[in-house]
Amino acid sequence: MVRIIGFFVGLFFAVGALWAFANGAYNAATDPAEKTAESEFHRHPKPLHLASDGPFGKFDNQQVQRGYQVYKEVCKACHSLNHVAFRDLAELGYTEAEVKAEAAQWTVPGIDPNTGEETTRPGTPTDHFPKPFANDVAARAANHNAIPPDLSLMAKAREGGAAYIYSLLTGFTDPATYKNEHGQSLKQAFPDFTTPQGLYFNPYFANLNLAMPPPLTSDGQVTYEDGTKSTVDQMAQDVAAFLVWTSEPSLAKRHQTGWPVLGFLLFATVLAYLSKKQVWASAKARRD
Amino acid sequence: MSFPWAQHYEPKVPFMRWLDEKLPLPRLVYNAIGGGYPVPRNLNYMWNFGVLAGFCLVLQIVTGVILAMHYAANATVAFDSTEHIMRDVNWGWMLRYAHANGASAFFVVIYLHIFRGFFYGSYKAPREMVWLLGVVIFLLMMATAFMGYVLPWGQMSFWGAKVITGLFGAIPFVGEPIQIWLLGGYAPDNAALNRFFSLHFLLPFVIAGVVILHIWALHIPGSSNPTGVEVKSESDTVPFHPYYTAKDGFGLGVFLIIYCAFVFFMPNALGHPDNYIPANPLSTPALIVPEWYFWPFYAILRAFTADFFFVPAKLMGVMAMFASILVWFFLPWLDRSPVRSGHYRPLFRKFFYVLILDVLVLGYCGGSHAEEPYLMLSQIAAMYYFAHFLIILPIISSFERPEPLPFSITEAVLGSDKKAVLGENTTPAT
Repeated sequence: MVRIIGFFVGLFFAVGALWAFANGAYNAATDPAEKTAESEFHRHPKPLHLASDGPFGKFDNQQVQRGYQVYKEVCKACHSLNHVAFRDLAELGYTEAEVKAEAAQWTVPGIDPNTGEETTRPGTPTDHFPKPFANDVAARAANHNAIPPDLSLMAKAREGGAAYIYSLLTGFTDPATYKNEHGQSLKQAFPDFTTPQGLYFNPYFANLNLAMPPPLTSDGQVTYEDGTKSTVDQMAQDVAAFLVWTSEPSLAKRHQTGWPVLGFLLFATVLAYLSKKQVWASAKARRD
Repeated sequence: MSFPWAQHYEPKVPFMRWLDEKLPLPRLVYNAIGGGYPVPRNLNYMWNFGVLAGFCLVLQIVTGVILAMHYAANATVAFDSTEHIMRDVNWGWMLRYAHANGASAFFVVIYLHIFRGFFYGSYKAPREMVWLLGVVIFLLMMATAFMGYVLPWGQMSFWGAKVITGLFGAIPFVGEPIQIWLLGGYAPDNAALNRFFSLHFLLPFVIAGVVILHIWALHIPGSSNPTGVEVKSESDTVPFHPYYTAKDGFGLGVFLIIYCAFVFFMPNALGHPDNYIPANPLSTPALIVPEWYFWPFYAILRAFTADFFFVPAKLMGVMAMFASILVWFFLPWLDRSPVRSGHYRPLFRKFFYVLILDVLVLGYCGGSHAEEPYLMLSQIAAMYYFAHFLIILPIISSFERPEPLPFSITEAVLGSDKKAVLGENTTPAT
């Protein structure tokens, strides 16, 4: 009985799937999906190699500090860094005094202890980075109706991670002359393609038009304290490295912890294998 | 129950004798996973995954309980509290990665365990109850994993919850009220997040309870084995301890190496980047996908794109998705071949390999965009999936000629069975 009912249930779903397939095939044959500019001309991130890559990776403090400088002088005008506190900067090689001094340069919201009114005060190491806009409405109003996203987790929240950030920052280009990886010209393939007013063309962005104006525009925009030449490419790489750190400050510690753990497990597993062999020796001996 | 030749628990120290009279817990353990449980001597490494699944459950409960001490189930702070765990809690990043990847590891183990059962006919009499309880555990695991993925309250959490609870909306007439009742609102929000957290905490303990029943039911007939031939005499078995504790210990080591490689070196490889974006009801992600372990079922859900007779496409997909798992409940009565093991079933074996390929194709399609060619591919694969369990499996036993079975497990292992016992009295097989 189960098999008879099962047969008809199976037939129902199998034929139902076949029917859906037939419909899909008919639609695909009569009305093939049109190619879109987004699917044909979107670019995958350029390769980017950072010191934090790979199972042995740890942060290049020098580079991350430079990236922090770029954030401070360029990105912070619009982008928040909600999950990061000033005290976290100590991990980048800043001394306690330097962290204190750094935090004090920032203005954070506070409460006037005498009146209880909202006011501002210099930051302390326990404060998180302050937000550039009071709320989402203010953020929208100042940015053509687009909210600049928080950057703390950006390197983990986008396909491609740091390479995507680096590619996006250096990827702004003119749609009129843009060609994709196969050498096809956007202008020829999609003559109607336009970048709306207030948006900027960037092939690394999913729908090609981005609300963010090119933030890194000229070499030397930031003067690095360590004397590194601040080309646009260098600044983009540095800020990508910085955002890898903000997205996971524990990354280096994770890698450092992982190796002893794996080493111990490997050792324990070899021992487990040998004891298994020994235990089974009496049972296996009968094979001979 | 156990075989007559099973070793007996004999407490040696006075305290253990005293305890055995008052509360024979050590006796229970001895008879369950100690020397008192005789196990077929020919189990291969596919039989490691039951113990590993138990390990994963404990791992998830331990890491989960500690995470719950730091997590806040409130829609306004849930995302931030997850990041608080990652950044401010001592070793919080390790706990969270261990828990998130632990879920994936649990499903890897459980899928291998289930497909072991498919191939070796573990679901057949006299082990139907073991199998049924196993499917119950799997369903509970799916519910637990789904609700756990909602807790970080990222984009994929929110939209995943919306899509999955939306499935109930496909039920005619009562669907929408049920959906609103389940969510405690029209869309996932604080009410849904809170109840998901509560249930996510509760269900693992329900799973633990059903696991006890699963093991209890297993110990009545005893473990199955790769030949599918039942245990006949003492020479067919070895005591669980030390033989299988030693073997499982090695298996656990291999498992932990692979698992820890994920936790420490690629903890986000199996996750979706969108879940690091806070939940936003106003912005739909380009692609809404569940975690990888649901992809095959998700592909079946989305495969039904056309209305069929009077059944709307959406309802068709929902029914098919639930049916794709519920069909496992009927497996012991669908497959009527008296031969258990796929080793001796040439035709069944071929279809089994097609099924593995089929589920992998479904998984691949389920993780991709709902567009051609993935839809057509998943439609073909869904068709085979149902045909396999409900049409092919019930009829192949009628005309399949199984290969000759060994007389006993001992013969399968040694080449001959002289009713010999283990140990030094044995003589080499000729």
